[in-house]
Amino acid sequence: MDEFLHQVLSGIASGGIYASVALALVMIFQATHHVNFAQGEMAMFSTYIALALIQAGVPYWGAFAITVTASMVIGAVIQRVLLTPMAGSPVLASVGVFIGLLLIFNSVAGWLFGYTLKQFPSPFEGPPVLGGFVTRHDLGSTAVTLVVLAGVYVFFRFTNLGLAMRAAAYNPVSSRLMGIRVGFMLSLGWGLAAGIGAVAGMMIAPVVFLDPNMMSGVLLYAFAGALLGGIANPLGAVFGGFAIGIIENLAGAYIVGSELKLTLALVIIVVVLTVRPAGLFGRVVVSRV
Amino acid sequence: MRILLPLASVLLVIAAAALAFVASDYRLFQLTMVVVYAVAILGLALVTGFNGQISLGHGAFYAVGAYVTAILMSLYDVPYWATLPVSAVVCAVIGFLIGLPALRLGGLYLALTTFALAVATPQLLKYKLFEGWTGGVQGLTLDKPDPPFGLQINADQWLYLFTLGVGVVLFILAGNLVRGRIGLAMRAIRDHPLAAEATGIDVALFKTRTFAVSAMFTGIAGSLGAIAVGFVAPDSFTVLLSITLFVGLVVGGVASIAGPVFGGVFIAFLPNVAEEISKAAPGAVYGVVLIAFMYLLPSGVAGGLGRLLRRAA
Repeated sequence: MDEFLHQVLSGIASGGIYASVALALVMIFQATHHVNFAQGEMAMFSTYIALALIQAGVPYWGAFAITVTASMVIGAVIQRVLLTPMAGSPVLASVGVFIGLLLIFNSVAGWLFGYTLKQFPSPFEGPPVLGGFVTRHDLGSTAVTLVVLAGVYVFFRFTNLGLAMRAAAYNPVSSRLMGIRVGFMLSLGWGLAAGIGAVAGMMIAPVVFLDPNMMSGVLLYAFAGALLGGIANPLGAVFGGFAIGIIENLAGAYIVGSELKLTLALVIIVVVLTVRPAGLFGRVVVSRV
Repeated sequence: MRILLPLASVLLVIAAAALAFVASDYRLFQLTMVVVYAVAILGLALVTGFNGQISLGHGAFYAVGAYVTAILMSLYDVPYWATLPVSAVVCAVIGFLIGLPALRLGGLYLALTTFALAVATPQLLKYKLFEGWTGGVQGLTLDKPDPPFGLQINADQWLYLFTLGVGVVLFILAGNLVRGRIGLAMRAIRDHPLAAEATGIDVALFKTRTFAVSAMFTGIAGSLGAIAVGFVAPDSFTVLLSITLFVGLVVGGVASIAGPVFGGVFIAFLPNVAEEISKAAPGAVYGVVLIAFMYLLPSGVAGGLGRLLRRAA
């Protein structure tokens, strides 16, 4: 029973990471109907920026703040420069651009920082807590992801800017007529998504070590989480991310072992798409003919 | 113009075959890999270019083809040429099965699923239950086939000519497939699924079948690649292989039978050139080239050349 509880709790910790990345994916999907295949690599790159800052002597939380800000700027610039001209082009073109971005971030990170595994510091050091069940980092990173997720919720629910962003995603044409700068909102959305990804990267790096391919597995779980919760539903995606984290840990401990964890994500994706394509909380999209 | 294109193709094949007698052994290996990649990209072109279904996971089918050939050759002593039909059937069946759930959905979902497949492939190949067949992390080593009928050429020359021959047959088959009624249905589904359905095309069935045929082509390429390299191991078939095939497809031209040849040349030779700059350079160049083609030349090299030719004519 103790072992089971331990697996669930550490599943919640990694689930928070998947939930964050899933939320970043869903935000971009809702606004533009693009799936950002480069989301994971962008987060990985942000984590390298944080590591470089920390190694240069910046205190952890200072580096954290600078990294999130820089990532948001990078995200917004990418949207402005690369994605704005892509509006209305076929799916293949956008997939091509995202895969191109993935390759560029991955190889630039390898070129600048090397391909060796690097240790990444955790701000939450110390002995395990809650009767030895949870490492302090797991507890701290869960807290950080929950704060981020709550912050995003509050932002979209209770601020005018958040309302404007939701309007721009929901109905761009009417929003423009209402005086909302839709292009700016899209860039802001990309910036937010990149910032959330950066936090996720910095929280998972102490657990899995930092290297240019750190996020490929995380991205897969985030895809699975987003699809499980419903790719058009942010709250569902967050729930899906946590659920995938717990499933991954339990299945890894009791069913498939650690060698097939990625395959598990693939199986979940296929099962969700076959059984319930809209996800647990999504609405079925009916297109008018 | 009608007679010109086949004539040019025949001349090109003769010239390619003649290369076997002038190029060095190392160059011949590279040229063999050009043909291998061209066939792999041809498979991807059938499903992504002509049928509009984006696959980011064709490296998985390449891997299956390579492993079928490697297992048959090293464990069961099957001659190399006899492994090709087996690998074609195995890959077609697997392609059909994977296509079943994924193809019922929109293009992005297929891209997602196949991407996940590509990421998970090395892990599946390493899995210990299959280790007796796959050789686990170490992989399998194959012997280079000898030229048959007492031909007075060396093994590299024979391998190149054999691969070229298989490649030419597959390109002719794909060309005929695309030009005929089936090809018309494939393109109708890509351009307007609803109208296609209204004219009586069974969209889901056609999509899954196209996926199976596409997986078969790429699987045969994997077999040819395994014979040429003489070695298979899980880490040769990472997600990067699938992405590389996708890059080759875009560079050559997505909906074109000639395009995969340009794509094959590009992805076979670029790493050699770029790796002299840095280990990271091939990936960066692929990324930049991919984005640049999406903006500047979405129809790829083949489309661009075609436009130039038409303008000249």
